[in-house]
Formats: sequence, structure tokens, C-alpha cells
Amino acid sequence: MKQLFPVPHVIGFVSSLLLSLIALIVVKFHLSFTMGMTILGVTALIQAALQLFLFMHVNENENKSALLTNIGYALFVGLVTIFGTLFAMMWGYQMI
Amino acid sequence: MKWDEFFVTGEPMIYAAMVSIVLVSIAIPVGLTYFKKWGYLWRHWLTTVDHKKIGVMYIIAALLMLFRGGVDALLMRAQTAIPDNGLLDGQHYNEIFTTHGIIMILFMAMPFIIGLMNVVIPLQIGARDVAFPRLNAVSFWLFFFGAMLLNISFVIGGSPDAGWTAYFPLASVEFSPTVGNNYYSLALQIAGIGTLMTGINFLVTILKMRAPGMKLMKMPMFTWSILITSIIIVFAFPVLTVALALMMLDRQFGTQFFAMQNGGMDMLWANLFWVWGHPEVYIVILPAFGIYSEIIATFAKKNLYGYKSMVYSMVAISLLSFLVWVHHFYTMGHGVMVNSVFSITTMAIAIPTGVKIFNWLFTLRKGKISFTTPMLYSLAFIPIFTIGGVTGVMLAMASADYQYHNTMFLVAHFHYVLIPGTVFAVIAGFHYWFPKLFGFKLNERLGKWSFWFIAISFNVTFFPLFILGLNGMTRRMYTYSESTGYGPLNMLSMVGALGLTIGFILLVYNIYWSTRYQPREVTGDPWDARSLEWSTPSPVPEYNFAKVPVIDTLDAFWYSKKEGKPLTDEDDYEPIHMPNNNGQPFIMGVFFFFFGFFMVFSWWIPAIIAGLFILGTMAYRSFEKDHGHYISVGEIERTENALRGEKE
Repeated sequence: MKQLFPVPHVIGFVSSLLLSLIALIVVKFHLSFTMGMTILGVTALIQAALQLFLFMHVNENENKSALLTNIGYALFVGLVTIFGTLFAMMWGYQMI
Repeated sequence: MKWDEFFVTGEPMIYAAMVSIVLVSIAIPVGLTYFKKWGYLWRHWLTTVDHKKIGVMYIIAALLMLFRGGVDALLMRAQTAIPDNGLLDGQHYNEIFTTHGIIMILFMAMPFIIGLMNVVIPLQIGARDVAFPRLNAVSFWLFFFGAMLLNISFVIGGSPDAGWTAYFPLASVEFSPTVGNNYYSLALQIAGIGTLMTGINFLVTILKMRAPGMKLMKMPMFTWSILITSIIIVFAFPVLTVALALMMLDRQFGTQFFAMQNGGMDMLWANLFWVWGHPEVYIVILPAFGIYSEIIATFAKKNLYGYKSMVYSMVAISLLSFLVWVHHFYTMGHGVMVNSVFSITTMAIAIPTGVKIFNWLFTLRKGKISFTTPMLYSLAFIPIFTIGGVTGVMLAMASADYQYHNTMFLVAHFHYVLIPGTVFAVIAGFHYWFPKLFGFKLNERLGKWSFWFIAISFNVTFFPLFILGLNGMTRRMYTYSESTGYGPLNMLSMVGALGLTIGFILLVYNIYWSTRYQPREVTGDPWDARSLEWSTPSPVPEYNFAKVPVIDTLDAFWYSKKEGKPLTDEDDYEPIHMPNNNGQPFIMGVFFFFFGFFMVFSWWIPAIIAGLFILGTMAYRSFEKDHGHYISVGEIERTENALRGEKE
């Protein structure tokens, strides 16, 4: 029974819940902007790493080039979407 | 909620639709019982995990939706054919153009393409099924029930009426108080999850399940196009998922993401919608490019010109497709810098697309061209699509776009790219791969008649819209006065729409006629084609390949035919491991349908119960043991002898 119980997954699940609770501090308590963003940034990074390694098994892939292409493409699309949106909707809005 | 709010009332056309829906839903179970087909339907279709059958179901659903969307289009053309027409009122017209857009893009073009890729991809790469057959069935049933959920909206509760783009603030509860846009967010969400899973499934299938020796650069062009398409699906659809979830929260749970006050941002919806929406355009157009590449190479009797540049240009298109979305709302009011950047990225897409057009032309050059029906569609595609592309570059110029924006010029442009780009392609692919699935060709004479009706009428329908747009007619206006002078060209467009109708009726009649009278194929390779799917007998047996083919070059099947060397190095048959049929995907789809329906009406308790049933099916699945089954050597021998004749 012991080897059937998915320990890493349960740890991963519980810690991702925990990280979400920590992020909730920013909403519940009045923190300074820098403080709030730091907490959100750090928890988001840990959260992403947790997902990548525990649930998406990136370290279990032998094919490194496929892995890098995939992560590269994902980063490209993610960054373009985020910064493109900021560019179109905020920074470049009504900018002459 | 009162009953007259639940059902749509007061429209004779809707009453007729209700009556016909009731009649059909009585006729189907009665017919199934009378002909004793319940078991057949359940065992062979509803529970199937066979990629070919799932593909056929996708295509049947797509043809039905083509009919539904086509009737919408006819009603729109009829309404605008003469000035001050009273056929439809404004609200009804809004609902019709909205559902026409949603259905044609998401429930006609997408499933038709996914259907063809289901049928063809495993055969083209020498695989016996997709990587995750059960997931494939889940994808289909989620798409199917998502589509059904949207389709019942016009009799129950009212259809979405804020355009297929559902821009906020118009789509908010304040301005669209009916449940129509709840249908939009939930039906698209359910179908979208299915599409996302299809993308993952085919990405893994193409990367992991190719026949031995088939390097990436030895794959047929259609497989390449689907690989790129799957990548775009995987990266673009999550954005739609998030945007639709935010829309649902805004409309039903009182959040303010897309509100005009309280820190919300209404145009953020348009932004997110097109971050998904523009890659979506390439999701429906790249497979079409793949289909044309196969057909043109086959019927020009030449290998595809510039294989590598074809691949690179598709990769370039896939990256650029994520960089252009703002060109859909140049007129929002952002500054010169934003519009200039997105103008340039948009025009840049014309370069790889142009490369592809020239590659097809060079493939045709000095080829021995045979003018079959699929080839006719492919040849007609090149000039018509180029008109669409050139008007696209006109629209890409941000300053000029202030003139064209949301006029009929835009409507003409996107029909000029989507109809030759996608509709011609799926019809061509349908004619081309039909004998592989059913063992006989569609009749060429009828096929050519319907081609000429469709190709000519298409131009008669949509070319006048360019001129109407330049004259100032905006899209989505349900009527206009005679003094505008829009009447004659709109009437011409109506005539074209009738011609298109005849063309599509001929297409359906062709399926019926050919099923009854067309001679059966015996070779499995009726077009003398190049790629691996034609090495299997037609119709293809459940296991696709009795022996695993070994590939050493692009178009290996072609060279094996010419040089007479076998495609495989296996001497004897071996037992084949295949997945079991299963009813869970269908049942899960039904639960999703009810979940979506209850959510639309904000009936929380039933929605929670249906949601628990969905979770229940997933939990059941995780504890299930299903190791598939083996097809014995004896059975393979019997099947192969029956399909190929005794001589082998």
C-alpha cells in the first residue's frame, strides 16, 4: 500500500494550496505595493516550478531539444500575450 | 422564470423550428427502434475509440452544422436583398448573424478539419490509432454536446446576439440581458476543452507514433500542417478558456473584469478574444494548406516543390500568428506606435504565405495535371485566396483600416480567405479521402457540377460586398433605406447565395448517388497517390496496417510502387494490440451538456449535481483497469485476404 500512495503528488497538491493561501495575504491585509508584488511574484514562481516538476514531469524527459523548444514556445507566447496586452491596452493607449 | 421566458416565443419561424425539432427527436428513436439499430449505434459509433469512426462522426456533425449555418446565411442575405425588408426584425437578425459566425467557425470549420485529421493522420504516419484513443472520444463528445448546447439556444432562452466576437460592454448582462450570451460562454467552453485535448492528442501522436524511419522532415505535408496546428491549439486555446471563464464570472457572478467602471476594462475582452482569435484563423487555415499540398502533389504527379520552405513558412506563420491580434481593433483608440507595430507584423504574415502560394505554383509547373474534383477546388483556391490575401494587406494598413473597419469590405475579405482557404479545402479533402473511408469515389461528374456552382456563386455572393463596403455599408445592419443605393448589389449577392445553395445540395446529393451507384474501388489507391494512407486497403480495417511500414524517404509509398519494393520488413503477421471501445466519453459528454444547460440558466443546485457526475466519471476512470485487446493473427489474415484478395 505504501508504494501505491502518491506521496509527491499529495505534497505538491497541499503545497500549491498553501502557496495560494499565502498569496491571499496580499488581499486580506493592507500591504505596500512593493511588498504585495514581491509576495505574489515569489509565490507564483514557486507555484510554476511545482507544477512543472511535480505534475508535468519536465525532469523525466530524455528528449532535451523537444523540451527546450516546448518551453521556449510557451515562454514566447506567454510573454507576447502579457507584454503585448500591456503595450496595446495601457502603455501605447492614446500615445502619440 | 416564466415559461414564455424559457421558450422563445412570438416568431413564426421559431415555432416552425420547434415543431421540426420535436418531430425529429420523435422520429430518431422511433426509427432506431423500428430498424433495431440501437445496439449497432451504441456498439459501433457512440462507444467507438477508432480514430476513423470518430473522424466520420466529426465530419457528419460538421456537414449538419454547415446546413444550419448555411440556412442562417440565406436568411441574412434574404433580409438584406431588398431595402427596408421586414422578413426579420433587428433582434432576430442579430441572433442569426451571431450564431452564423459561431457555428461556421467553431462547429463547422473546426470539426471538419479535426474530422479529416482524425481520419488521415494516423494512416499517414503509419500508426494504428492516435496516442490517446479514449481521450479522442472524449474530445469528440465534448465538441458535439457543446455544439448541441449552442444549437438549442434559439428555441430555449434565446440565442447569443452580440456578434460572434461578443464584444463587451454589449455582451454584458446590462446590454444583453437574455441568457443568450451565457450559452455562448458555456457552449464554447465545453467545445473548447474538447479541442484543446485534440491538440494535445495529435501533438503526441505525431511526435511519438510515426512509423520507423519517418523522420520529421520525411513526414507528408498534411501531417506537418497538423503538427503546427496542434501546437497553435495548445497555446492559443487556454486564452479562450480564461476569457470565457471571465465572461461567465462577469455575467453570472457579478465580477467586473470587462465592466466599464470599478476598475474593469471592456476592451480587455476584445484583446483576449483576439489573442486566441487570430491564431484560431491559422488553426483553420494551416490544415487547409496541408490538404492542398497533398492534393496538388498527387494530381500534378510531382513531388511537392520546396518541401523545406513549406515547413519553415508554416513555423513562421505559427509564430507570427501570435503577434498580430491588435489589428482586429485598430480603431479602439490606441496610439500610432501600437497600430504601426501591429501593421508591420500583420503584413509580415503575407511573406510566408506568399512563399507557399509560389511553391504550389511551382509544383504545378510542368506537372501532368489531372483535373479531378479535389484538384479543381485546389486550383480555384489559389487565385481566390490571393484576392482575400491582398485585401487582407489592405486591411492591415492601420490608417486605411479606419475606412474599412467593420464595413462589408471586411466581411467580403474574411469570406474570401475562409471559404477558399478552409471550406474549399475540407470539401476537396472530403472528395480526396472519401474512397479511403468508404471504398468508392464520389461521382466526378456531379462533383464537378457542384464545384462550378460553388466556385462561381461564391464570387457572385461575396465580390459585391467589397464594393458595398467601400460605398459605406457597415456589417451587421439589418436593413437600409433605398436612397443608400445598396439594393442592387445586395440582390446580386442574394442570387449568388442561392447558387451556393444549389452547389451544396448537389454535394449532398452526390454522397447519396455515389453510395448507391458508384462502382467499388478494389486497389485502395484510386488516385495513384504518394503518401502512406493509400497503401492500406479501402475501407481501412480497424487496425490500419497489418504490418508496420518502414519509411526511408518522403513519399515512400510512391517509390515503393515505382520500384516494386515492399514497404515493410515484417514477414509474418503478429497479433495487434488495440484499445477497447468504451461508453464513458459519451456519458461524460451528456453530463457536460446538462451541466452547461443548468449553468446557462443559473440553476445552481442541478448544475452542482451534474458537475459531481462529471467528477464521478473521472474518478471512475482513474480506478479502472482497461488493457485493450489483441487481434489474433488468424483474424488479421482473414481480414486482409477479404480486403486485398487471396493472392498475397
